[in-house]
Amino acid sequence: MIRWLLLLIAGVLLGGIVHLTTILMLPRTATQDAYSRLEPIAPFNTVVPVPAPTPDKALMPFMDPAFATAVCRYDLHEGPLRVTVPVSLAYSSVSFFTRHDIAYYAINDRAAGRKTIQLDLMTAEQHSELPEDENVTAADRLIVESPTLTGLVTFRALAPEPGMMPMAKASVDAAKCVRWQGPPPSQ
Amino acid sequence: MRLLTGTLFVLIVAAAVGLGATYFALTRGTTFGGLTVGAWTAQAKTGTIDADPYARASIARIGRLPLALGDGLTFIAKNDDSHRPFDGRCEVVLSGITPAARFWTLTLYNMHGELVANAVHRYGFTSEEIVRHPNGHFTIVVAPRANPGNWLPTGGIEHYILAMRFYDTSVGVATKEGREIPMPTIKTGSCP
Repeated sequence: MIRWLLLLIAGVLLGGIVHLTTILMLPRTATQDAYSRLEPIAPFNTVVPVPAPTPDKALMPFMDPAFATAVCRYDLHEGPLRVTVPVSLAYSSVSFFTRHDIAYYAINDRAAGRKTIQLDLMTAEQHSELPEDENVTAADRLIVESPTLTGLVTFRALAPEPGMMPMAKASVDAAKCVRWQGPPPSQ
Repeated sequence: MRLLTGTLFVLIVAAAVGLGATYFALTRGTTFGGLTVGAWTAQAKTGTIDADPYARASIARIGRLPLALGDGLTFIAKNDDSHRPFDGRCEVVLSGITPAARFWTLTLYNMHGELVANAVHRYGFTSEEIVRHPNGHFTIVVAPRANPGNWLPTGGIEHYILAMRFYDTSVGVATKEGREIPMPTIKTGSCP
């Protein structure tokens, strides 16, 4: 009897380890996560519009139907990217996600405070390799450090009323994420 | 033989407990560290790099992109203020005010996070579309049949989820539960 009880306790303890391991492993093994869902429609370092969700079809669950969305699946192996998007009339935002769909940075039109939101996306390593004088002028440059070499940038614009959706869509479709050619031009 | 049965027993218990707990955590959802106001719950940390392992696993399994905290904050409700799960055949009334935000949206999803088909193609409201009372309060009726005022159709489905998203808001990780974040009350009215 005691023996079985001890075995049961051992089993439960081992079960706890199994539980924690599976929770930690899951993001690495998931094949239907947002990044994988976007892979077929989004080539690297290109902005593609995400179709608006409908009851029959949605690329991802829990999308906000009041927003126009575009996405850039990025790859920083070749170097930093420059991300730009014109702000729309109501509310615009740019969000950055790691390869495992974790948001690490976001900015909205008011925080950016300009007609165009412009950010430079790079890894911490690429950031430290920037020439000194580049960093001095960084006061009006927004640099975003990506924790992973690949990931997602989403551009979103709110349509406060359904009639304003075409305008919101036009704003996010005008977004760009392009590789720098040489040192970035100063503003 | 005793060793074999013993080992087998331990392994079976471990697999059942471990995988069971994982399944339970991911389907029922875990709410530790969440911000709860009435029937509404928000997980501010899920929209940051500090998201906990459960949130990460859940995001990967469902295949959604979380709302980044610098963008906005999502409040989810699955039941009314008296803990009764939402029933799409009933009339559910949301009323009150919201936390300060530049914009908010309210969206109705089925349990899989999909929009629900209805005759008027309305899946939610934005803060701009709402008709308000003179004192700034608003009432939204979530019901299967058309209602005057702010009517959000349920399509008559059995269970649904309401998501209220606040954009450009000061509510976040540091917000404590309390009076400074008013959320609409949720009451179930008449059921057929």
